[in-house]
Amino acid sequence: MVREMEKYLRPGIGVTTYCPGCGEAILQGLILRAIDELKLNMDEMLFVSGIGCAAWIPSPYFYADTLHTLHGRTIAFATGAKMVNPKLKVMVVSGDGDLADIGGNHLIHGARRNMDMTVICANNQNYGMTGGQVCATTPKGALTMTTHGGNPFRPFDLCRLVKAAGAVYVARYAVTQPMAMIRGIKKALQTEGFAFIEAVTPCPVQFGRRNRLGKPAEMLKDLMSRCVSEEKAETLSAEELKDKIITGEL
Amino acid sequence: MGKLTAKSVLPPGSYYFSGDEAVAEGAIAARCGYCAGYPITPATETLERLSVRFGEVGAVFMQMEDEIASACSCIGASWAGAKAMTITSGPGFSLMQEAIGYAVFTETPMVLVDAQRSGPSTGQATRVGSGDIMQAKWGSHGDYQTIALSPWSVQELYDQTINAFNLAERFRVPVFVMAEEATAHLHERIEVGADVELFNREKKPGAPPFGTEEADGVPPMPAFGDGEKLLITGSTHDEWGVRKITHPDIHQRLVTRLHQKILNRSQEIIKYDGYYLDDAQVAVVCYGFTARSALFAVEQLRGEGKKIGVLRLKTLWPFAGELIKDTGSRVGKIFVPEMNMGQVAGEVRKYALCDVVSYGQVTGEIIHPRTIMEQLRRLV
Repeated sequence: MVREMEKYLRPGIGVTTYCPGCGEAILQGLILRAIDELKLNMDEMLFVSGIGCAAWIPSPYFYADTLHTLHGRTIAFATGAKMVNPKLKVMVVSGDGDLADIGGNHLIHGARRNMDMTVICANNQNYGMTGGQVCATTPKGALTMTTHGGNPFRPFDLCRLVKAAGAVYVARYAVTQPMAMIRGIKKALQTEGFAFIEAVTPCPVQFGRRNRLGKPAEMLKDLMSRCVSEEKAETLSAEELKDKIITGEL
Repeated sequence: MGKLTAKSVLPPGSYYFSGDEAVAEGAIAARCGYCAGYPITPATETLERLSVRFGEVGAVFMQMEDEIASACSCIGASWAGAKAMTITSGPGFSLMQEAIGYAVFTETPMVLVDAQRSGPSTGQATRVGSGDIMQAKWGSHGDYQTIALSPWSVQELYDQTINAFNLAERFRVPVFVMAEEATAHLHERIEVGADVELFNREKKPGAPPFGTEEADGVPPMPAFGDGEKLLITGSTHDEWGVRKITHPDIHQRLVTRLHQKILNRSQEIIKYDGYYLDDAQVAVVCYGFTARSALFAVEQLRGEGKKIGVLRLKTLWPFAGELIKDTGSRVGKIFVPEMNMGQVAGEVRKYALCDVVSYGQVTGEIIHPRTIMEQLRRLV
C-alpha cells in the first residue's frame, strides 16, 4: 500500500494476513482510496466484518471503529449499530462464504430493508481461510477441497440476488479494474440505502492451485481477459459469454 | 454513568399487565434503546407491545429475520451506545447461543428474556417448562459466566427486567431473564413506583475497553462514534482488543477475568427469599413459577405442623452455592421441585451435604401445590 494511505491504517499492526498473490490486499487499498477521495471522516465510520480472509480487510487494519463479528452475521450486527446511531457511516466488508453462504439470509434481508450501508463482498469463489472448500459462488465444475470431481452445483449470481432482494446500488468489478472499482465504492458510499459491490478477486493459493490457473500474475491476467462490461455483454452470444464476468453497475 | 435514580416512565400507580407486557414496560423503565426479536410463543406479546411503546418513547424496535439476527443486532446496537434487549423462547434461545458467547467474550451488555416453554425442540409450544436453565449456563461453547434471574410473578418480571439491564450494564455481560410461559401469560396487578434505580455503563475516554488492572475488573465501555477507534473481535484479545490467539497467558487471564468479574461479586448479584426456614427439617429449594406452588403447599403443611421451609432463588446464575451449603447444613433434606428433569437439583447436590430429593415434572403444566404437598408428606 502506498504511503499516503498509511494514515488510515491502525498504528502498530504491520503484517497482513493475506497469502502471496491474494487479490484482497488490492481491494483493501482500493477501499481506502475511495474513502480518501471522498474525504470521509474515519471517526464517523464503522467497519463490520465476519469470518474469513476478507473479514480481515478492515479489521484490524483500518484505523476506525471495527467490529469483527461471527461467521455470516455481519449485516445483522451492522443493522443494530446503524439503527441506534444513524450518523455512523457503516461499511460491511466480508467474503462470499461469509455473506452468501452462511450469511445469505441476512444479506437478502439487509437488501430488502434497504438498510443504509455499503456492503463489499470479496468474491474469491471458495473458502480460502479454511483451506479451499466449495462455496455458493464456486463455478460449476471447479475443483475444491470438497469437490474433487468438480463442483456439481451452480453458483449464485450475487449481484442479481441482491438486486432482486431490493438493493438500490449494485455493481460488480474485479480487483483488476482498480479505477472502476474505486468509482464504484465511492458511488456505493454516496448511495443512501443498501449498496452492494461484488469484488471479484483471485485466490491463487487455494482456488487457483487446485484448478491449475497458474501463478498470481497469470490469474490476474486471466481475470482481466474475462471481464466484460454489461454493454459489451449484450453484443456477445451465450457461447462467447461462457466464463466471462460481467462487470459494471448492474 | 454508574448508579442513578430516574423518574419512572409509566406514571406511578397500579397496572394490570401480563408478564410479557411487564417485561416490555420494565425495558422501557430501564431506558432500553434497542429491542430486536422474532415472533415466538410465548414471548410474542412483549414484541407486540414494544413495537408500539418504543415508538412513543423514541427507542428502536426491529423485527429481524430470525433469532440469530436479533441477538447479533443487539450486540451491534449495544456497541453503538444503546441498552439492548432481545426476547425469545427455547427454540430461539438455542439459535442465539453463538451470539451469547460473542457477547460474553466481547463484554457486551445485553438482556435476553427467555419465556421458557416445554422442550426439547418445538416441544409443547404453548405449554410451560423450565428446561432452559442449564442452557443459560452452558449453551454457548467455551467457559464463561453470565447472570440469570428467575422471576415468579408479573411484578417481578417488571422489576427483574430493570434489574437485568442494571446488571448487564454494571458487569458488561449478557443477563438472562428466565421467564416461563406461566408467568409470561399470567395477568396480575403490579405496582409502579415514582422512581427507578438504574445503572448506566461507565465510560472512560482513552482507557482500554477490554482489560483492567484488577484480575476481576469490569472495563469501561466506549461506543462507536466516540472516536476511540474500537477494535472488537470474538477472538482472544488483549486489553485494547488486539487479536492475540497464540498467547497462552492472555487467553488464561481473559477467560479467568470474565469468570471472576461475576463470581467475585456473587454476594452482590445473588438474591433470594427464605420462608419458614428457622426450624425447618426440610427445605424446598425452588424458583420461578414453581415457587408459588411450593410456598402455597408449604403454608398448608405448616398448618398441619410440618416443619418445612422454602428457599426461593431469584438468581439462578451465578448459583447460590454457599447459601445452599448453609441451608443444607441446617435441614435434614432438601426438596427441589422444577419443571424439568432436575436441572437445578443437580446443582443443589453439588453444594448441599444433606439428602437432595429432586422432583421433575415435564407435562407442560405447572406443578400443582397438591403435587408438592403429596411429595413433601412422603419426606416429613
